[in-house]
Amino acid sequence: IVTGEERAKWDNKIQYLLTCIGFAVGLGNVWRFPYLCQTYGGGAFLIPYLIALVFEGLPLLYLELAIGQKLRKGSIGVWNTISPYLGGVGVASMIVSFLVSLFYNTLLAWVLWYFFHSFEEPLPWKECPFESLNKDYTPVNYFWYRKTLNITANIETNGPLQWQIILCLATAWAIVYICFIRGIETIGKAVYITATFPYLVLTIFLIRALTLPGATSGLMYLFTPEWETLKNPKVWLDAATQIFFSLSLAFGGLIAFSSYNPPKNNCEMDALLVGCINSATSLYASIPIFSILGFKAHSDSNNCQYRNILALTNEFDIGDQNITLENYDNWLKDLNGTYADRVARLDLKDCNIESFLEQSASGTGLAFIVFTEAVIEMPGSQVWAVLFFIMLFSLGLSSMFGNLEGVLTPLLDLNMVPKWMPKELFTGLLCVVSFTVALIFTMGSGNYWLEIFNSYVGSVPLLVIAFFEIIAVAYIYGIRRFSCDIEEMTGSKPNIFWQACWTVVSPLMLLVVFVAYVVIQAMEHPTYPAWNPEYVDFPMTEDQPYPDWVFAICVLLSTLPCIPIPIVALYKFIQFTVQKSRREHPGQNPYENDEAKELNVFKLIQC
Amino acid sequence: MFPRLHFAVCFTAVLGPTLVHTLCPEAVNSSSLIQSLFPGALLNAIMHIFSFRVSDVLVCNETQRVSFWFVVTDPENTSELISGKDVERAVRISRNRINNAFLLTDETLEFLNIPPTLAVPAESGTPPWLIVFGVVIGVVGVGIIALLISSFIQKRRKKGVTEGEEEDCEEEACDKGNGVSHPVEEGADGVNRGFVGDIPFTKL
Repeated sequence: IVTGEERAKWDNKIQYLLTCIGFAVGLGNVWRFPYLCQTYGGGAFLIPYLIALVFEGLPLLYLELAIGQKLRKGSIGVWNTISPYLGGVGVASMIVSFLVSLFYNTLLAWVLWYFFHSFEEPLPWKECPFESLNKDYTPVNYFWYRKTLNITANIETNGPLQWQIILCLATAWAIVYICFIRGIETIGKAVYITATFPYLVLTIFLIRALTLPGATSGLMYLFTPEWETLKNPKVWLDAATQIFFSLSLAFGGLIAFSSYNPPKNNCEMDALLVGCINSATSLYASIPIFSILGFKAHSDSNNCQYRNILALTNEFDIGDQNITLENYDNWLKDLNGTYADRVARLDLKDCNIESFLEQSASGTGLAFIVFTEAVIEMPGSQVWAVLFFIMLFSLGLSSMFGNLEGVLTPLLDLNMVPKWMPKELFTGLLCVVSFTVALIFTMGSGNYWLEIFNSYVGSVPLLVIAFFEIIAVAYIYGIRRFSCDIEEMTGSKPNIFWQACWTVVSPLMLLVVFVAYVVIQAMEHPTYPAWNPEYVDFPMTEDQPYPDWVFAICVLLSTLPCIPIPIVALYKFIQFTVQKSRREHPGQNPYENDEAKELNVFKLIQC
Repeated sequence: MFPRLHFAVCFTAVLGPTLVHTLCPEAVNSSSLIQSLFPGALLNAIMHIFSFRVSDVLVCNETQRVSFWFVVTDPENTSELISGKDVERAVRISRNRINNAFLLTDETLEFLNIPPTLAVPAESGTPPWLIVFGVVIGVVGVGIIALLISSFIQKRRKKGVTEGEEEDCEEEACDKGNGVSHPVEEGADGVNRGFVGDIPFTKL
C-alpha cells in the first residue's frame, strides 16, 4: 500500500536511547536543577521533584514515545491522525521547537566563545584589561558583559551586532548542521559522543571537585534539607515545571524519534529508562557543581578575611602574621575594646562563608560568571575551563537535535519538502534560516531578548500543548484503544497506574500547574536585570520593568504557538461544513482519509 | 605569607638639616638583620638613577612589623636630604631591582604612596581565540563538504543501479498494470503474493 522509500530507521536501539537521553539531558540539568535544589531547601526539594517525575513526567514521556511509535509519524501527522481537528497541536509543537532552537543555539554560541578563549594563558577573565581598571566590576563580570555580550544598558537600546558572537553563532550552526545533515542517520552516529561525553567530564569534575577545600561545605549547604520550604506552593510549582521542561516534553521531538522505531519495541521500558536517567543526571551533576561552588565560597571568604587582617595590621602596625585566620576573632575583640573608633573606620566586612554560599546563580550566570571565577582559583585552570565548556556544548548539542527534529519530521511528513530537494539541502536551508533569525540575539541587547524567549516561549505554550496531547490520547483516541496498541507493541497492557495517570492525575496536575503559572506571572509587572553602568548601585544589576511594547511581544510569544490549535480546528470545521453542504451523500466527514479509515476499521477489533 | 616590609618616604625637599635629627632621634643601631641590610641594598638599587652621588640611607622609627621610614642623604652635604619626589621616582623606576635585592615581590614589599608599576601585557599578533575558531570551523567545513560529496556519489550510484533494475524488469515478465512496475512475487504455493499486504485494509 505504501510506495516510495520506506521510513528511515535507527541503526540500533542504543542510538535511539542515547538520542532520547541526550535530548532530555541538557543545559538545564547542570545549571538550573542545582540552583533550584539550593534555593528550595536542599534535600527537601527532592520530594516535590520526585513526585512530579512519577505522576507527571513519566506518564507524559511514556505517552509521547508510545503514540509516536504506534502511528509512525511526526507530531503533526500523529495529532492529525487521531483527529483532524487536532492538527493544530502538532503545528504548535513545531513552532515552539523552532523558536526554542533559535535561542538555545545562541547559548551554545556563547559556550563556544568561552571555549575558544579557554586556550589563552592567562585566562582572559582573570584580570581586567588596563582600559577598565579603577572601575567597580570584577574581571569575570567585565569579560561576560563587556567583551562577550557588549551589552547595552537596557532592552530598548539595540546596540550593534557583535561580530565575534556572529562568528561563534555561525560555528554553532555549522556544527549542528553537520550532525543533522541527513536526519537521524547522522544524528544517531553523533549521539554516541555527544550523549556520553558529558558523563565522562562530570565524573572527572566530581573527583577533582571533591578534593578541593570547601567542597564539603558546599555539598552540605546544598543537601541539608529545610522542611519548611515545602509549605511554600511555589516550590511545588517550580518542581513540576522543572521536571516538565527537563524531560523536553511537548516539543514533538520525542514523538519524532520514536516514530522511527520498529513497531514492536518496549516503549514502557524506554520511557522509564529515559526519565530516570534524566533525573539521576541532574542529581549527579549537582554534586560537582556544588563542590566547586563551595570551594569558590571558601576561597572568597578567605580572601575577604585576609583583606580584613591586612587592614588591621596596617592600621595598628601589628607584627606580620601575628593575626591569622584562627585568632582573628580574638584580635578583633581586643582591638575593638581599646580602639573601637579606629576599628569602626576600617569598615571591616563580615566574611561568613554562608553569605558567600548564598550568592547562588543559575543559567548563564552560573556558567559564565560564577563557574569561570571558580576555575581561575583551581590549579591548571585552562584544562578545567576547556573540559567544562566542551561538556556544556555537547549537552546542548544533543538537545538541539531534538529541537530541530521536532521541526524537520513534521515538515517531511506533511510532504512540504519538494521531491527534487535532497534532504541535505533542506536541513541546510533550515539551519541557514534559523541562523539568520537568531542574529537578533547577537545585538547588544541580545541577552535581554534571549531571557524573554527563554521565559515566555519555553513555558506556557509547552504546558498548553502537553495538556491537549494528553486529552487527545486519553479521551479522543481512547484509552482502551491506546492500551491495545501498547499491548501490540510491548506485549502487555499498561497497568492501572499508567491508565489512572493518563486519564485523571496528569491532566489535573497540568491544569493546576498551568493556572498557577499564569496567575503568578500576571500578578506582577515583570522586570529584568539590566547591566547599567549609570546605575547607582553598579555593578549590581538594575531591576527594570519591561516597556509596554516589549511586554506585548512577551505575550505574543506565549500565545503565538498556541494559536494554531483553535485555528486549525476552526478551519477543519469550516471545511467539513462546506463539504457537507456541497455533497449529496450524508456521512462524509473529515475522518474520511486513509489513516482514519484504518482507525475506524480497527475500532471494531477487540484486543 | 612573607614578611611584609613597610616603608615610607618621609618627606619632601623642603625640610632642612635639623629635621633629620627630629625625625630620627635614635641613631641607627641595627637591631634587626633587615634593618642593617636595608640601607645598603636600597642604596645600591637606586644610586644609578641619581646624577649625583648619594651617600647614605638612614632608617628611623622602626615598628614591630618591620616597617619604617627612611631618608636619603646627599654625600656632599650630609645634613641635606634628597627630595622626596626624587627618591620616589628612583624607587619607582628601580622597583624590580629593589624587589630582587630582598627576594621580595610587589605584594610583600610596599612603599607607601608608590603604587607598583604593572608589567606591560604581552600583545600577540592574532588573538589566540581566532586561531582555535579557525581550526574548528575548518574541520567542520571540510566535514560538511565530505558528507555532501559522499551523499551525492551515493545518489548517483543508486540512480545507476535502479536504471539497471528497470532494464532487468523488462526482460522478465513484469506486471505493468496501471503503469506501476513491480515484479510479480511468487510464493512456494504459486499464489501471487503481491497483494498480501493489502488484505487487512480491504473493506468487506
